[in-house]
Amino acid sequence: MENEKLSLPNYNIPEELENVVAITTLDRLYNWGRRSSLWPLTFGLACCAIEMIAAQMARYDMARFGMEVMRPTPRQADMILVSGTVTKKMLPAIIRLYNQMPEPKYVVAMGACASGGGPFKEGYNVVAGIDKFLPVDVYIPGCPPTPQALIAGLIKLQERIDKDSLKKVRWYNKEKKDGNYVPMPILGPDLIDVRRNAEIRDAAATKATQESA
Amino acid sequence: MATPILTQTVDLAARFPGMVTADARPGYTGFIVNKENLLEVATAVRDEFGFDLLSSLTGVDYIAENKMEVVYHAFKTTGGSGLIFKVQVERIDPIEIPSLTHIWHGLEFQEREVWDLYGIKFTDHPDMRRILMWEGFEGHPLRKDWKEAFYEEEVKPYKSRWPEGKHTFAEDKNPFHDNLNFPKDFDPEKYVVDKEEDLYASLERHTMKDEAGKMKTDSVVVNLGPHHPSTHGVLRVAVTLNGETVMGLKPVMGYLHRNHEKIGERSTFTQIIPYTDRLDYFNSMSNNFGYVTTVEKMMNIQVAERAEYIRVIMAELSRVQNHLVFIGMLLNDLGTMFTPALYAFEERELIVDIFEAVSGSRMMCNYYRFGGVVRDVSDEILQKIKDLVFDRLPAKTDEMERLLNENEVLVGRLKGTHVLSAEDAINFSVTGPVLRASGVPYDLRRADPYSIYDRFDFDVAVRHNGDMMDNYLIRFDEIRQSLRILEQALKQIPQGPINSQKPNYQIKVPAGEAYGRIESPKGELGFYIISTGKGNPYRYHVRAPSFVNLTAIEKICIGTKIQDFVALLAMLDIVMGELDR
Repeated sequence: MENEKLSLPNYNIPEELENVVAITTLDRLYNWGRRSSLWPLTFGLACCAIEMIAAQMARYDMARFGMEVMRPTPRQADMILVSGTVTKKMLPAIIRLYNQMPEPKYVVAMGACASGGGPFKEGYNVVAGIDKFLPVDVYIPGCPPTPQALIAGLIKLQERIDKDSLKKVRWYNKEKKDGNYVPMPILGPDLIDVRRNAEIRDAAATKATQESA
Repeated sequence: MATPILTQTVDLAARFPGMVTADARPGYTGFIVNKENLLEVATAVRDEFGFDLLSSLTGVDYIAENKMEVVYHAFKTTGGSGLIFKVQVERIDPIEIPSLTHIWHGLEFQEREVWDLYGIKFTDHPDMRRILMWEGFEGHPLRKDWKEAFYEEEVKPYKSRWPEGKHTFAEDKNPFHDNLNFPKDFDPEKYVVDKEEDLYASLERHTMKDEAGKMKTDSVVVNLGPHHPSTHGVLRVAVTLNGETVMGLKPVMGYLHRNHEKIGERSTFTQIIPYTDRLDYFNSMSNNFGYVTTVEKMMNIQVAERAEYIRVIMAELSRVQNHLVFIGMLLNDLGTMFTPALYAFEERELIVDIFEAVSGSRMMCNYYRFGGVVRDVSDEILQKIKDLVFDRLPAKTDEMERLLNENEVLVGRLKGTHVLSAEDAINFSVTGPVLRASGVPYDLRRADPYSIYDRFDFDVAVRHNGDMMDNYLIRFDEIRQSLRILEQALKQIPQGPINSQKPNYQIKVPAGEAYGRIESPKGELGFYIISTGKGNPYRYHVRAPSFVNLTAIEKICIGTKIQDFVALLAMLDIVMGELDR
């Protein structure tokens, strides 16, 4: 991949200076730094977490892509791999972790459950996809995705980072202050998404009384 | 050979006339105990008849008869068949049943689960709170008249999907356009959030005042998890500490409660098999094994001979890789960051390759079917398994032992750190390697043989000190015994069909109940199924070894140091998919 190199391809740098001098743009420097050292949060939810561990082990070795430094604390992590079924009970903890991560931050939904509920979608304690709450950058299909699929997904994330521009990325947007903050959902009689309070109140008021569902 | 059906060896009705009646419903066994006499009968079951291990407790909602039932399965640690007794109560709230936690401590979490999912209160229970759902959740989900937000029909296959297959979005039908269900006229802004005061009140605290009464000291409350690298998934443990010593401890679970049982009761019998894969996601083969043997017991069918061998081979390979991963992860928790896990996963990958070759998936195998297995194992794959079992795995197990067992730090950390005594382990319904490391040779492959385990020559691994070192070493013993079984099975495997039944997607199971159990790598994995003769189970309950073993964590950890707690938790070898279901 040409983006792994820092220098822009249209500048001709003498061979003996290639490791010393680079001519590039600020965007490219920024993206190159980000993509070459993505630190994931050590965060496993369910079955997919086991394949995530397998991907770090000797056979697949995520370290080849600069992703081996799993951080147990969100304050040091660049990306959150939502690896498994998101339940209503767990959701506030996930949102809290996400809000604690410093920007720039990326979200990868690993597996069918995190992407859209998967086989457990009909369950009463299951959130049908983490994208109802977090801005997901890459979805990885599979139940669970194989380590190869996971690594392919993470390379996709790198490709996405390559397209970032300092002017446009959401975390440097001055108008939208706290644009990335996700309000904490509340565990009530069911999961309360506080952004939808009015909608929930209206729907509950018009709900048919005889309906037990 | 068919699995022996649980036979009644004890006649409770004759011993307690007027208090106990035999369960005469067709297809049912066991005894129905009067609610008032439950404590007396249960004490006699343990002390007089010797059923010291109360394996499973669960509720059933007989809504048509307007009754709620609680079913107990008691067994003897010396082996043999079990004793089933039940209590029936009117289905009018509040439903109350005396708690048996004082007789069998292992019931603590299971009774809480029945309260959470069925709304049956157990009087005299030490800590009657919800366990899988949060406090404040509306309703008791496993009741037959409770419907989830994405409810479509009572049972699958849904008419909208089959045979025409006109799909709709579940979100469109729900008034909240999501997987949500609020009571009428609910106002989210006025809702008062539960501050979990009950949880913290249930913890043992340690408050002291100095002589003058001026300076007050209190214990520190620490919440480990649900996001914590050492809790093996999304378990949360609230502990109170005096310095570094654990004073009180309560696990909080349900963060991976995926409604396995509710979905299971909506699904057909065949549709449940892939869901069982996701219980203990390390050992999908063992989970399949437990489920299909239970249903086969109800259908009373023979399993194809070759399939029996394939089943045993896959289940034992699964046990080997589970224990290898356990060793790697335990050492991770002890602070050897990663290196032993790298060794363990190297071997696991080879076993997982075999699973992928036979079933098509590395982890979620969905491989067993009623009457056999789904695909045959080719000679090529058999040769691969033989290479692994005869050459590679014994050498690699020796290598791991050589690298680790004499390590001074490891021995210092593990040796003498007490886990459980035999009496406590039995009383807390602990099963699997943890029970055997306490000196109780209770292995279902011997104690209550299922499938063809009675044909193989192997020893039940047992160790007697009950400390962490024994709990760790017994995993190596079990790997060796599994390899012994594998060697014999690989030599004896016959040619022939792999399924005694014709492929059938809508099997009908005769009406009745059954409790099937197998020795999963983590302990006794039980399935309690009630069929009404239709295509779906009326009640489908999983007795998960991780869930029941965790009941003992409070007993194990109080008084130890917080850093040992992490290792002791790893020792129980819990997996969240099975714990929360």
